[in-house]
Amino acid sequence: MDVLNQWAFVGVFLLLAPIFPALPIGAATLLRPKKPNVLKSQTYECGVETVGDTWVQFRVQYYIYGLVFLVFDVEMVLLFPWAVAYNQLDMFAFGAGFLFIFLLADALIYAWKKDVLVWK
Amino acid sequence: MADVSFSIALAFVIFSVISLGGALGVALNRNLFRGTIWLMVSLFGAAGLYVLLSAPFLAAVQILVYIGAIAILFTFAVMLTRSLTQVRERFTRVWANLVVAVLLFVLLIIGIIWPVWGSNPDLAQPVSDVVVSTTDLGVALVDRNGFVLPFEVASLLLTAAMIGAIVIAREADDEV
Amino acid sequence: MECVGLCEFVTSLGVSDMGLALFLGYLIGVLLVSGVPLVTVIFLIWIERKIAARIQDRIGPNRVGPFGLLQTVADLLKLLAKEDITPAAADRLLYNAAPIVSFASVVLIWAVIPIAPGFVGVDLDIGALYFVAVASLGTLAIMTAGWASNNKYALLGAFRVVALLVSYEIPLVFALVIPVMLAGSMSMVDIINAQSHMWFIFMAPVAMLMFAISSQAETGRAPFDLIEAESELIAGFNIEYSGMKFGMFFAAEFLHVFTNGILIAVLFMGGYLGLFYQFPLLGFLWLGLKGGLVYFVFLWVRNTVPRMRIDQVMRFNWFFLVPVSILNVILTALVLKLLQVWGIAPVNLAESSLLGVLPMTVILLLKDILMILFILGRISQEGRRARLDAERAHEQLLTAAAGD
Repeated sequence: MDVLNQWAFVGVFLLLAPIFPALPIGAATLLRPKKPNVLKSQTYECGVETVGDTWVQFRVQYYIYGLVFLVFDVEMVLLFPWAVAYNQLDMFAFGAGFLFIFLLADALIYAWKKDVLVWK
Repeated sequence: MADVSFSIALAFVIFSVISLGGALGVALNRNLFRGTIWLMVSLFGAAGLYVLLSAPFLAAVQILVYIGAIAILFTFAVMLTRSLTQVRERFTRVWANLVVAVLLFVLLIIGIIWPVWGSNPDLAQPVSDVVVSTTDLGVALVDRNGFVLPFEVASLLLTAAMIGAIVIAREADDEV
Repeated sequence: MECVGLCEFVTSLGVSDMGLALFLGYLIGVLLVSGVPLVTVIFLIWIERKIAARIQDRIGPNRVGPFGLLQTVADLLKLLAKEDITPAAADRLLYNAAPIVSFASVVLIWAVIPIAPGFVGVDLDIGALYFVAVASLGTLAIMTAGWASNNKYALLGAFRVVALLVSYEIPLVFALVIPVMLAGSMSMVDIINAQSHMWFIFMAPVAMLMFAISSQAETGRAPFDLIEAESELIAGFNIEYSGMKFGMFFAAEFLHVFTNGILIAVLFMGGYLGLFYQFPLLGFLWLGLKGGLVYFVFLWVRNTVPRMRIDQVMRFNWFFLVPVSILNVILTALVLKLLQVWGIAPVNLAESSLLGVLPMTVILLLKDILMILFILGRISQEGRRARLDAERAHEQLLTAAAGD
């Protein structure tokens, strides 16, 4: 139950953490002047009026980075227990982890060679 | 069988409400981006449930992978289809879908949950006494008689996923 | 759940209900732990401005209070009094939540940082992973801020930021695997204890370098500060933020950099270890000194180095940092395991001795130096090839022009 004790602390922290920034923002709400004006609420675009919908050219590049990150994220997450148990592992177990990293490094090399990691 | 104290029951209820509420938010919200945010809320609730089951590693994994990577990819995908965030038309064939959904739910209850309800008292509580340290998890993952094969297959799967996604993304890029 | 520590203190004050006593105990603990970063951030902004000023050969704030110490307070008051201009079509709830989540995600990291021997918020079993998970919540906040502002430039800025943050998280976590591997645990206190005979900076300098560089990129500091470059995209994802909400993003960033400095001190430089560290105050001082040193180096780099372009930043990450960090993990794992099998390296670092860890340190250091030399060799090779290519192209251009 000690684990739960620890995480109860984290839970309380989670409850309190948003309050710390919310306090100054709340204080600002009380203290600041309120002069709403149509012009002020308009979207800012270097002082010029906005043209067209708020739509941005979305490059596939962003998605590729996110994807490669996702694969590596899962890999790292599977690697952490291996790293924690590292000092108790024999050569076979170490070799298994090694193979794991190697396969994913392989995938990275593929991505590299196919020029998908370059920001055009 | 451990005693379920009030605070633990409270935590369980809170996290369940967060999970289910988030899921409801995803389904019911018309704005795609807000739906993604609700998804993150729901996954956060699931992480909390993992903590209650004494699997803090899984909870951290949930936040790191699901919220930090998958949900971010979702938002990227949402932005890619920007025009769909302003969908306002009403969905007309609600009743047919409602009937199917209720039927599916009933089927799930009868087929999967009812047979095992109450049979294993250890399954009936939100808290687990079994604390597996990450070291044990690590050893088990690469143990010759443990999970080493699924471990390696997982890496192969990840490699395949990455290569496949790169192939698709490259074609999309070339077309543009 | 038993009632220990602060909970006993609360019960001694007369609170009878167990659950309430526990909760109040945790509350006090949280306030104590989060007091450290919150108080620090006030001085941090002053330190940052002073040092930046000195490096730029000027004085910095010196009007408000002695040596300008109260400058932060003046800034705070100013930001409080600024009008909050929310854009018309902004997504209200998300717009307001983003700065709060951003700041909260940084403060949450302090729950696992060991401030002094015996003084840690919670010594989580998964401390290192917790830190990465919480930091990824900050990415979320920035994305939300960019979207909720309903502004083309904010959205564009947010995309680039998230792509950058997400990319640099890979070498960060790979570099984090090294101390975890050496210490055999993800708990911060265990990692510090494993360094009681030799700091990890001597065993894995490359890992520390990777971590430092990646953490600079993660917080958007120069040379990676194109995120918030004032001259580019106006101000990126926080264009539409004014007043205290902007202040929160600002404070979150400063605090994040300092937190990263402290983390490097904990993970690689032994945290609160030092002469007479058993006295909590001295341990705290040591940690502050080490973290401050790393933070000073961060500031130094920030005020000296020019900004990199987004494509340079991405190329640096994917073609240098990620392969090097993966290579580092592979090599360290290999060498360490061989040393352990041959009996040169002790399996449990904390229980060994200085003499016991010395051969291991030397060999790992050697491996790192060899790796650095190899990489430098490859880089100079590439550079030479690129230069020859450029010269050849230039000559072709000249002959073509002369031939016309």
